[in-house]
Amino acid sequence: MLKLDGVSKIYRVGAFGGRELKAVSDVGFEVGEGEVVSLIGESGSGKSTLGRMILRLASVSSGTITLDGRDISSIKDRKEYYRQVQGVFQDPFSCYNPVFRADRVFSTIKEQYFPRVGADEWRTRVEAALESVRLDPGNVLGKYPHQLSGGQLQRMLIARAVLLDIRLLVADEIISMLDVSTRIDVLNLLADLRARGLGILFVTHDLSLGNYVSDRTVVLRKGKIMEMGRTDLVFGNPAHPYTRSLLASVPRLHAKWTDAVVEEVPCAYHEAPEDSRTRPGLAEVENDHYVACAGCAGSKIKETA
Amino acid sequence: MALNVTDLRVYYRTLRGEVKALDGVTFSVADREIMGLAGESGSGKSTLAKSLIRLDGRMRHVGGTVELDGAAMPLSDDGAMDEFRFRKVSLIPQYSMSALNPTRKIGKMVGELLESRGERADRAELERRLELVGLSKDVLDRYPIELSGGMKQRVVMVVSTLLNPSLLIADEVTSALDVSSQKAVATTLLGFRDHGLVTSMMVVTHDISLVYQIADTIMVMYAGRLAEKAPAEVLVTAPRHPYTRQLIAALPEVGVRYEDRRLTGIPGSPPSLLKPPGGCRFRDRCPLAFDRCAEQPPFAEVAPGHHVACWKAE
Repeated sequence: MLKLDGVSKIYRVGAFGGRELKAVSDVGFEVGEGEVVSLIGESGSGKSTLGRMILRLASVSSGTITLDGRDISSIKDRKEYYRQVQGVFQDPFSCYNPVFRADRVFSTIKEQYFPRVGADEWRTRVEAALESVRLDPGNVLGKYPHQLSGGQLQRMLIARAVLLDIRLLVADEIISMLDVSTRIDVLNLLADLRARGLGILFVTHDLSLGNYVSDRTVVLRKGKIMEMGRTDLVFGNPAHPYTRSLLASVPRLHAKWTDAVVEEVPCAYHEAPEDSRTRPGLAEVENDHYVACAGCAGSKIKETA
Repeated sequence: MALNVTDLRVYYRTLRGEVKALDGVTFSVADREIMGLAGESGSGKSTLAKSLIRLDGRMRHVGGTVELDGAAMPLSDDGAMDEFRFRKVSLIPQYSMSALNPTRKIGKMVGELLESRGERADRAELERRLELVGLSKDVLDRYPIELSGGMKQRVVMVVSTLLNPSLLIADEVTSALDVSSQKAVATTLLGFRDHGLVTSMMVVTHDISLVYQIADTIMVMYAGRLAEKAPAEVLVTAPRHPYTRQLIAALPEVGVRYEDRRLTGIPGSPPSLLKPPGGCRFRDRCPLAFDRCAEQPPFAEVAPGHHVACWKAE
């Protein structure tokens, strides 16, 4: 459904924009219908920039993003695009105007997208959307933002996206501001929405959250894909040293950090046969599991040659 | 015993009344103990950490005592607390990025800070400690803006421990950091204790799996009261308070997938602390609640070093 092909983003930085910063370089992956893809990276990895480009909040410097084969930048009517693709962001508290009731996020959707729907029918739709995110309509409608918890506000924003009958949801760090006791409910909600055929791009820095909910995983570092593929393969059998070191530093219950140095393994990209390099800069080491070069000596020889 | 807290109560003054953020907390931290203090937002963990350093204008010390190395701490007397601050109790703030003076080089700032406390700066010792956290002595001649976030965090950690405090409070120090720097900062904390720079430590966090990595004991707070305190291993493997149990069961771990095992959160939300209900404050969300929970359970020792505030935790 959504396809990214060689997408890059260059920011102009420095006092007069004289220097260039490549925030995302040559990234390509797909999000299918009813599929959760998690985009994992540390700060500065370009994961949020990618999400913003997909939401058309930032322009694409090179490469293409297509939705069902149509270049998204060619869709002139933005409303038509946002009917299909919506985003939810990290801080639910700053998404609401504290002066108005929280359910105003629903009425603005009605004004913009469904002006002809009758009031009664709209109310039924809103209630159905709230129930689909497991909120009791009587509990949240008519309340002000400060009367609701972060988890409730976040779920209302997801309900708002669901009202539009979207096909792709970009969820940018939607869990990280929530308390432990409620964050798992929002994660389960994403899994339920996936079962209804929604494609979800789950942007996170937390490996355990990404692992819990996603079908496929993309690991980013400094704007480049290090490793991607089926979640169980990427986490179960990580082939890139960066993924390995990330996994080793995740704090876990029942297992303490070890001082053991992550063992050196030969660069999976250069070990793989030539014909497995099916994507630019990535080798398919097993079915649906792609790895980039580990920065080994092999790559340096090539660059100088 | 390094720290003894007895029935500590600290309330916040608001226009609508007093918020009972810390309501009768009794515990102790032994010498050389690293205690993890875990809880969700509004549990009172930050209020507890702040109370031991400085009460701000809205906070009121309502009752209870705090004893450090045998001396009572005058919590509500801001001036008298100066005796303790930095020397006996020290804090690593959550946003170390904003804790450094941007107009001074690091070395000068540290010198001025020590001078204001009537101490002489020992350059050699300072350099030795910087080395301990993996920084070169060159940082002393740099401005804060020239350092990365992780480096600033480590500078603040060195500064906070310069006078070898008895108690070091680390307030959410790893929350704003990436996974790999989290590990570095957490192991540095462990190093402070192991090198004898601090006697005991309170690590405040919302991330139980992180604090489990370094702490000897973990204390869990809920709605202004203590729920459970136990050795880290025991708390994680055999928690007795229903809140701790549900909290740990709600943590997704690397390796747990939605299809294999669907985790559940804790339904409901914590009570308002403006007029908290009587009895156990977890009662409304607790699957084990029964009549007796209308009465506040004591924070009782059910096994050596294992305290639980629940009637059903026998």
